[in-house]
Amino acid sequence: MHTPTRTPRHSIYYTYRVFAPWLPSAHPAQTRQKAVIVGAGPAGMVAAMELARHGVPCVVLNAELQVSQGSRAIVFTRRSMEILQQFGVADRITANGLPWRFGNSFYRGQRVFRMEAPHDQDDRFFPMINLQQQYLEEYMLDALLANPLIDFRWGNKVTAVEQRDGCARLDIDTPEGSYMLDADWVVAADGGRSGIRAALKLQMEGASYEGLFVIADIRIDLPLPTERLAFFDPDWNPGNTILMHREPHGIWRVDYQLPAGESPDAALRPESLRARIDAQLAMIGHAGTPWEMDWCSVYSARALTLPDYVHGNILFTGDAAHLLPIFGVRGANTGFQDAQSLGWQLAFVIKGLAGTALLANHSAERVGAAREIIDEAGKSTRFMTPPTHGFQLLRDAVLSLSLSQQFVRPLYHWRTSRPHEYTRSALNSHGDDNALFKAGPAHGAPPQNVRLGADDFLLDHLGGGFDLLYFSAAAAVPEALQQVVADARARGIPLHVIAIGAAQPVAGADQTLPDTDGHCRRRYGVAASGGAYLLRPDQHICARWLTLDATRLQAALNTALPR
Amino acid sequence: MTAPASISIPDLETVYDHLATAIDRAGPQKTELFLVKLALLNANALGDAGLFLQNIHAALQDL
Ligand SMILES: Cc1cc2nc3c(=O)[nH]c(=O)nc-3n(C[C@H](O)[C@H](O)[C@H](O)COP(=O)(O)OP(=O)(O)OC[C@H]3O[C@@H](n4cnc5c(N)ncnc54)[C@H](O)[C@@H]3O)c2cc1C
Repeated sequence: MHTPTRTPRHSIYYTYRVFAPWLPSAHPAQTRQKAVIVGAGPAGMVAAMELARHGVPCVVLNAELQVSQGSRAIVFTRRSMEILQQFGVADRITANGLPWRFGNSFYRGQRVFRMEAPHDQDDRFFPMINLQQQYLEEYMLDALLANPLIDFRWGNKVTAVEQRDGCARLDIDTPEGSYMLDADWVVAADGGRSGIRAALKLQMEGASYEGLFVIADIRIDLPLPTERLAFFDPDWNPGNTILMHREPHGIWRVDYQLPAGESPDAALRPESLRARIDAQLAMIGHAGTPWEMDWCSVYSARALTLPDYVHGNILFTGDAAHLLPIFGVRGANTGFQDAQSLGWQLAFVIKGLAGTALLANHSAERVGAAREIIDEAGKSTRFMTPPTHGFQLLRDAVLSLSLSQQFVRPLYHWRTSRPHEYTRSALNSHGDDNALFKAGPAHGAPPQNVRLGADDFLLDHLGGGFDLLYFSAAAAVPEALQQVVADARARGIPLHVIAIGAAQPVAGADQTLPDTDGHCRRRYGVAASGGAYLLRPDQHICARWLTLDATRLQAALNTALPR
Repeated sequence: MTAPASISIPDLETVYDHLATAIDRAGPQKTELFLVKLALLNANALGDAGLFLQNIHAALQDL
């Protein structure tokens, strides 16, 4: 019998709500499901919302009765916000989070590097925003629970999974005992310790790092702006690194590396925590400021991924698919991109709009993203916690040189999470004009946001299907193009046409954006009428043309939805 | 390919003496750190990772 705790988790700033478990006895006999999502962390929830957006119902199982424990992710990137905007939760994050764009690295009391993340006029969202994961999960949950296509089941723990005959059978334990559920597709979004990954005996590839960090959230009043602070090799913790981040509700995240050989238990003793946090506060000139502990744990960096996210009818996503170092805020931020990618591609397969080749593409794209992140994050991790004597020497040499030599300072850069470009995606068009463009997002890239007016941005108008951005000053979309669009829609493909550059509504377009000053055209590198971009449902570019014609639009749609 | 520029004998002798003296000044505790800093400064002056990798390879010979 599965008995998840009914006691609200402890927190000094967040009030946990405990939900009632979903019990099989209170529901009719279970029929076979199209999709079951195991796990309701950031990845599982985005997967559910993206499926629902394409009209595909799903069941979401969560072993627990409340949102996640302790504060985990605290930094969310612009691309995450652009994804969450599509599910209507970005406004609540903006209202309650702390946006920022500067990072500072200190060595021997000197600021040796300042990162300034660009914030373009055309971006709706800041490069980064800080908010504790519980709030983010709560906002997403509210959206999920309001969605009639999503059947959310608290207190339902998957204990076994079996695949046969193109179907997966789940054993699910609940507070009144177990039941079975069959599904065409199972999404394993059950987190870093994925029981499903273990049951399938799947091995991850990559590296684990030895350096241990204490991660503590404390309530303290510090008169400092929301910027990332990193301290290298301070007197109180020789050779090691300390990070500090401001969070909402008067909370600060303090991460500090442990001296080699110290055990997690020793590090988490209250006296040890107090002495070290006090020493850190003294170092930044705030000795004696009172503080209160909310939550702490010990963490070590891992950079691992499954080499394939599709295993029969089971699809892995988020931390269940990969474990990424927190340096560079990659876990949840990568999970959103994984899950949106999975959500639309699985929905299209379920709806018969593409073959399972689309899922192979999803896996290739996201494994590629994870590998790129592992490569980048590996560099940051080797700098933050040098794994060998050689790496230690190089790091120390860079610290020392950075006091006087400009050229080494960029090595402090944290390589923050950024969206992967699917440059070699199987969905990219072959016969388009990608290579002929001199500006604008290329094949596989996420879209470029553009400010259209007060509180009005291009991305506000996109998503939920394929988007054809058609740049034209003419009164109508050419007949032949309209025919291709109509045929695609008749087959069930969601495809929106957005005309950009005409003062009057354009016939054959779902929306017209006037782009009076030509700014949008410039950002997309379109010089003349008739240019176009095709965006996939996750908004990444899969084709672009200097002059679009019906044959090439049809070809691009065929390539984007392999049979 | 042009022949790599090489240092004159008198200059090499100057480098020899100054490097030896600097290692002594750094002291045994800081010798490694000093040499790595020096290597990075020289890599920057070279402006050529390929050449630097060749030098790494050459220095690893016959240790
Ligand atoms: C200290 C710390 C700091 C971090 N900071 C950041 C940051 O600043 N930015 C960032 O992007 N990321 C950060 N991360 C990473 C981030 O928290 C994770 O990457 C993210 O939560 C992963 O989301 P997920 O949905 O894949 O998995 P999880 O959030 O782990 O969710 C897993 C879900 O599966 C459920 N579940 C598990 N097993 C079962 C089962 N058998 N049956 C049913 N349900 C099950 C769980 O209850 C849970 O709902 C941090 C992590 C830690 C630990």
